[in-house]
Amino acid sequence: MPERLSIEVTDVTAVYANGHIALRNASFKLGPGTICALVGVNGSGKSTLFKTIMGFVRPAKGTVRIAGGTVEEARRQKIVAYVPQTEEVDWSFPVSVWDVVMMGRYGHMNFLRIPRAEDRRIVSESLDRVGMTEFKERQIGELSGGQKKRVFLARALAQRGQIILLDEPFTGVDVQTESAIIDLLRELRDEGHIMLVSTHNLGSVPEFCDQVVLVNRTILAAGPTETVFTEENLSLAFGGVLRQFHFDESTIQDHDGRTVKLLTDDERPLVFGKDGHLEYKDRLGREHLVKEREKEGRD
Amino acid sequence: MNLAAPFQYSFMIEALLVSALVGTVCAILSCYLILKGWALMGDAVSHAVLPGVVGAYVLGIPLAVGAFIAGLTCAISTGWIKANSRIKEDTVMGIVFTGMFALGLVMFTQIKTDAHLNHILFGNILGIERDDLWATVIVSIATLLILLPLRKDLLLYCFDPAHARSLGLNTNRLHYLLLSVLAATIVASLQAVGILLVVAMLVTPGCTARLLTDRFDHMLIVAVVVTVLASCTGVYISFFINGATGACIVIAQALLFSLALVFAPKHGLIANKRSLR
Ligand SMILES: Nc1ncnc2c1ncn2[C@@H]1O[C@H](COP(=O)(O)OP(=O)(O)OP(=O)(O)O)[C@@H](O)[C@H]1O
Ligand SMILES: [Mg+2]
Repeated sequence: MPERLSIEVTDVTAVYANGHIALRNASFKLGPGTICALVGVNGSGKSTLFKTIMGFVRPAKGTVRIAGGTVEEARRQKIVAYVPQTEEVDWSFPVSVWDVVMMGRYGHMNFLRIPRAEDRRIVSESLDRVGMTEFKERQIGELSGGQKKRVFLARALAQRGQIILLDEPFTGVDVQTESAIIDLLRELRDEGHIMLVSTHNLGSVPEFCDQVVLVNRTILAAGPTETVFTEENLSLAFGGVLRQFHFDESTIQDHDGRTVKLLTDDERPLVFGKDGHLEYKDRLGREHLVKEREKEGRD
Repeated sequence: MNLAAPFQYSFMIEALLVSALVGTVCAILSCYLILKGWALMGDAVSHAVLPGVVGAYVLGIPLAVGAFIAGLTCAISTGWIKANSRIKEDTVMGIVFTGMFALGLVMFTQIKTDAHLNHILFGNILGIERDDLWATVIVSIATLLILLPLRKDLLLYCFDPAHARSLGLNTNRLHYLLLSVLAATIVASLQAVGILLVVAMLVTPGCTARLLTDRFDHMLIVAVVVTVLASCTGVYISFFINGATGACIVIAQALLFSLALVFAPKHGLIANKRSLR
């Protein structure tokens, strides 16, 4: 394992071949044991940031350092695994789920790429972790969209990278799989990994991300979720395009109290309290917050 | 008619062995070509070798060398023009290879040819000369020695080049390696089937195998078996009808493909009909 795991993006400007500046003067830093959300509107440069960290897009200005080294060194040391937003592969390709996940191990094999028992163990464990073991013999095109996503997540896990970049892993994935993936990310965080996850699912961000990077063609704010993921910053990032539900403007009456139920079909609701406090789904494990709020109420 | 007659001639035994070897190389490469979507590239490069062959003949260097250089020139200049203009790759290819082939035809008619050069157009494995035989064998074996150890890297490169790159594989090198192997394979097949029919050897084996299996490893094996069978059958039959060996091989390939198309257990026409019901 590298001395000290980190991603350092310093003053990066990313320009595409057609001259479009997708990202300007972007800077942020992540340390070990982190799940960081990457949040922004369509076209804000989230995928571009991933490609820059992978070295697929070379910054016109600024630097990306991974674990203190360059992007190329990180690649050689197999530190980073990346799951792109959409897989641009030929789905009719004659490879099975197992074969695809095994491809994640190529970097660890000798030049003939002959899998050892260790590789097979890791592949089967990775498939297990995303719940795709029963599909391992399937041809890759014979899967649903969400299952395909899980296979490529398993491939990234099999790479055993200390840093995992996930570009919208929850799009088109059902609720059950989403929470399975989130549990998995938490486990990996406890093992000291860094995960950078882009998502449009704002409600789930406070539930599992300890850091947030807000982007809109530059980095608007970056840091701990509590301080960065505020109503003010979000309206800066989204410019009022978010759907809102104001309880005080709604038909909800005082006698409804706090027994109001909130249902949404695919995204978790993001709820801010009276003073723009971030509110969480579960009290469990956040007793200190409940106490704080209570105190404020009394004041 | 004595069915064992062909086996009494050493030139027939040699032809059978060489065509099986060439068939093996073509079969393996063909699996990659069809998965990468490079069938047209195979057609282009095979036509583009003609000026190289004629030029080499005039200069007195081995024809294989001239063919290889011309084939690679076609592939690389196609890539270069595509990258530096707004024209699509298949269109560029159409221009480059027809241009080179036309140049080859003009050169071909301008110089005093012997039958030797004719063989390049149509193949003539039954009358193959010593030098050409050895050139074919050496190029085939060299190609196999490159393809087999790198088969998994090439598979990953064809399947998901971005992932190959993120794993630290040199995808540029793999790209040019695959192009070079393509040119070399065409050189090796010239004596067996000739310029005009090489593309059949580069496309049909992979397609037949693709119909028969969903696993890449199996696809390689099936393609080799099918192609060796077709090559040997073609050579064998051409002994009796006295000629057009290359065409016989290609017809045998096409017949086996048709059988697979109809009867393949999972992807065949009959199986498709049945699953619709
Ligand atoms: N290959 C490319 N060439 C030129 N411009 C590009 C390219 N890819 C993206 N862009 C542009 O760069 C900007 C940022 O794109 P990017 O893909 O990073 O957005 P994103 O934040 O990932 O959006 P989404 O939420 O839709 O995935 C967009 O304006 C897009 O049009
Ligand atoms: Mg994106």
